[in-house]
Amino acid sequence: MESQNKYNFSRRNFLKTSVLASGGMLIGFNLLTACKPEAVMPVDIKSLNFNDFNAFIKISDEGYVTLFSPNPEIGQGVKTSMPMIIAEELDVAWSKVNVVQATLDTKNFQRQLAGGSQSISFGWDALRQTGATAKQMLVNAAAIKWNVDASTCKASKGIITNANGDQLGYGDVVKEAALLEVPENVKLKEAKDFTIIGQEIVNVDIDKIITGKPLFGLDYKAADMLYATVLRPPAFGQVLDSFDATEAKKVKGVIDVITIGGKVRDYINSGKNDWTFVMSETDKVVVVAKNTWAAIKGKKALSATWKQDSKLESTEDHDTILTKILEGNKFDVRREDGNIKKAFINADKVIEKTYHSPFLPHNCMEPMNFYANVSSEKVHLVGPVQTPEYAAKVVADMLNVDLDRVSVEMTRMGGGFGRRLYGDFVYEAAEISSAIKKPVKLISTREDDMTMGVYRPAIKYRIKAAIKDGKITGYHLKEAAINGNMYGLIPNFFPAGCIPNFKVETSNYKSNITTGAWRAPYTNFLAFAEQSFFDELALELNIDALQLRLDLLQNVKNTTDKRIEYSGKRMEDTIKLVKEKGNWGKVEKGVFQGFSAYYSHNTHVAEIAEIVLKEGFPIVKKVTVAVDCGVVINPTGARNQVEGGVIDGIGHAMYADFSFNKGKPKYKNFNTYRLIRMQETPKVAVHFVENNLSPTGLGEPGLPPAGGAVANAINIALGKRIYSQPFINEL
Amino acid sequence: MLNYTLYINGKKRVVTADADTPLLWILRDELNLIGTKFGCGIAECGACTVHIDGVATRSCQMKVSFLDDVKITTIEGLSEDGKHPVQEAWKEIDVPQCGYCQAGQIMTASAFLAENKNPSKEEIREAMHGNICRCASYNRIEKAVKVAAEKMS
Ligand code: FES
Ligand code: FES
Repeated sequence: MESQNKYNFSRRNFLKTSVLASGGMLIGFNLLTACKPEAVMPVDIKSLNFNDFNAFIKISDEGYVTLFSPNPEIGQGVKTSMPMIIAEELDVAWSKVNVVQATLDTKNFQRQLAGGSQSISFGWDALRQTGATAKQMLVNAAAIKWNVDASTCKASKGIITNANGDQLGYGDVVKEAALLEVPENVKLKEAKDFTIIGQEIVNVDIDKIITGKPLFGLDYKAADMLYATVLRPPAFGQVLDSFDATEAKKVKGVIDVITIGGKVRDYINSGKNDWTFVMSETDKVVVVAKNTWAAIKGKKALSATWKQDSKLESTEDHDTILTKILEGNKFDVRREDGNIKKAFINADKVIEKTYHSPFLPHNCMEPMNFYANVSSEKVHLVGPVQTPEYAAKVVADMLNVDLDRVSVEMTRMGGGFGRRLYGDFVYEAAEISSAIKKPVKLISTREDDMTMGVYRPAIKYRIKAAIKDGKITGYHLKEAAINGNMYGLIPNFFPAGCIPNFKVETSNYKSNITTGAWRAPYTNFLAFAEQSFFDELALELNIDALQLRLDLLQNVKNTTDKRIEYSGKRMEDTIKLVKEKGNWGKVEKGVFQGFSAYYSHNTHVAEIAEIVLKEGFPIVKKVTVAVDCGVVINPTGARNQVEGGVIDGIGHAMYADFSFNKGKPKYKNFNTYRLIRMQETPKVAVHFVENNLSPTGLGEPGLPPAGGAVANAINIALGKRIYSQPFINEL
Repeated sequence: MLNYTLYINGKKRVVTADADTPLLWILRDELNLIGTKFGCGIAECGACTVHIDGVATRSCQMKVSFLDDVKITTIEGLSEDGKHPVQEAWKEIDVPQCGYCQAGQIMTASAFLAENKNPSKEEIREAMHGNICRCASYNRIEKAVKVAAEKMS
């Protein structure tokens, strides 16, 4: 098995074991060694000096294994797949494994976040080493008991067997094992010997989900907890002028009306906020009530006036500004190969196209909410957030308390899509609780959730290609985006390395509309733009669209360019798999195919979309997907991830519209903001490229190619090229 | 504030509330039946679906004062042990992703199957169209409804 040891373990701080007072053995380990490992668990470990660890396994006297999983679950199945990896190497029966979401008493604890589809890739080596090391310790303990050589003992499904056929369960030797030295260089299993990895294992929370047990942030309750709703400025660029709470206070159940915002402002003025802190400096009016309904009604009964603080921007303004940027020459060069100027001068033909995407809200099914209890001794925060360690740090700074006193408890999340990387609602909850000195749950209505900010930014891409002697000789991509630009790795994604003269440049415009990561940031639209563009080039060159990609990839297969992020070979294999499984070019009459392929989050994906026309309108019937994500840990979970990403990609490409009029978001709820629903959902067939490489991300990479595949099919069916999302406005 | 007597999951419950309080918030805040979820508050997403006299109903739009003499069933009361055929099918197919919408999906599906024992694929897709799943688990929902129908027949 190839193992990409990107994350080196220092054996000394990698793993530690101890006997638990309550019985059994506790193993603390560093799940992600890239982090500063300081965290505290809710088990009795203070005396054990276990502060160096960020994940824990408990093996009870009965042989039951509990894994305290520190990774937040937002629907990508890490809460199931991570324990599967440990259980595999530890060699216990899956039915004996129990997974508990870890509470984080945070201090410099990084990477306890679910974002960027990275959880599994970061954890792979650490999880396997941990499981294998623990198993070896148990075997060693049994060997000592039997007075035999450990190498003559075997362990499987939680039972250790020696050469005489004597058996001991893991639970029988935990106490002794915990006291042994941590062995080095344990042997990891061969992929062919995996018994848990690769099995279809259902979501560990399934029973709770189908019976309606409390799991999510909104379900969390604490004694004496109050509920709060927040009235924010209706438009970006406005701040609070005045408000009248007379009517709101008459609503039964409303306890108080206060304002917050000062603490956030102070924090911003202190300069400690970095780019991930996306909040405006306005005051906000907060209704505190005994229950949710009173809080919602109270907010409706408020009257407030707002004054303009900065420009009130409209979608038309953004359109003009981004177009102007594209036409100007103020760009940062992000990658440059060869001589792009020459390529265009010498070209037989130059093709240039511009693509446009709107802002998008995340619309997690569970609206943003958080519990905060700020008292003079401690700050307790509970809820769905993808960056607990960062949130704790900001709250500590904002409230001027020691970080040691801040604890964050994570709940299951009703969707993330990038929205819960930002803790704005956590800071609001903390500020409210600190003002009223009571435990409080901040609630957002859907209208709040959709209008309170942190959107995918609007972006325009202009792509230009030089064609000479039937070949693509030059490629020039310009990005004009709101508030930021593509992250550093993206310029080295496909087609970098495939075209000799190549340039990627970016520029942005700073808006007061808050923006942030949205499932597969940047690539969620960039892939559409580029993959539509290549489709157009293929027609121009009179080459099959799929073959064009394969031809281009030949140029990168033996590259010595270390910056190139993807593998030409793996991309080629992925495309060939989708070609076969999706019957490329072989469809019945009335069905139209479109192809797209993209690499992101370390995963190679290729898709073929099939559409039919119904009264002239395109209906997506089926999408065939090929994915190279290395070893597939949990095929059920993996397929679900990819399928969800593809449908999400199609839904947003087809329907999602969002715009601003003088700073005000145009849509507020699902009656006008259209999300894909059952009857619009295509069948999705997911196929995995089989290999033994380290597992890579799956939460995001299925999404980017989807829009392009559909747009390319629409072009075949209707002879209409789509350059903007949502498609529905173009049809 | 008035007292209202509700019949929920086979039990009589008396709650004190404003007449316009939606059933959703009575369930979640007053009775601690948090399985019923809040998604939109305007009857557009289906996360809050419960059965009222067996009919799938959006509890976010159902005022507590309209609930005299009706039988309300929530996800917690759909079965005693989580073994309703729809719940079993959901588990078998491993439908949920984040899971947030699924109680509403299950309540919509179970009311639908009580009426239509042998639905076609199109009927399933139509019946479930009103429930949003932001994680897009739609194809598995369709499959699970089919499996549940088979279990029930
Ligand atoms: S919350 Fe009732 S339908 Fe969305
Ligand atoms: S499973 Fe996440 S919204 Fe349906």
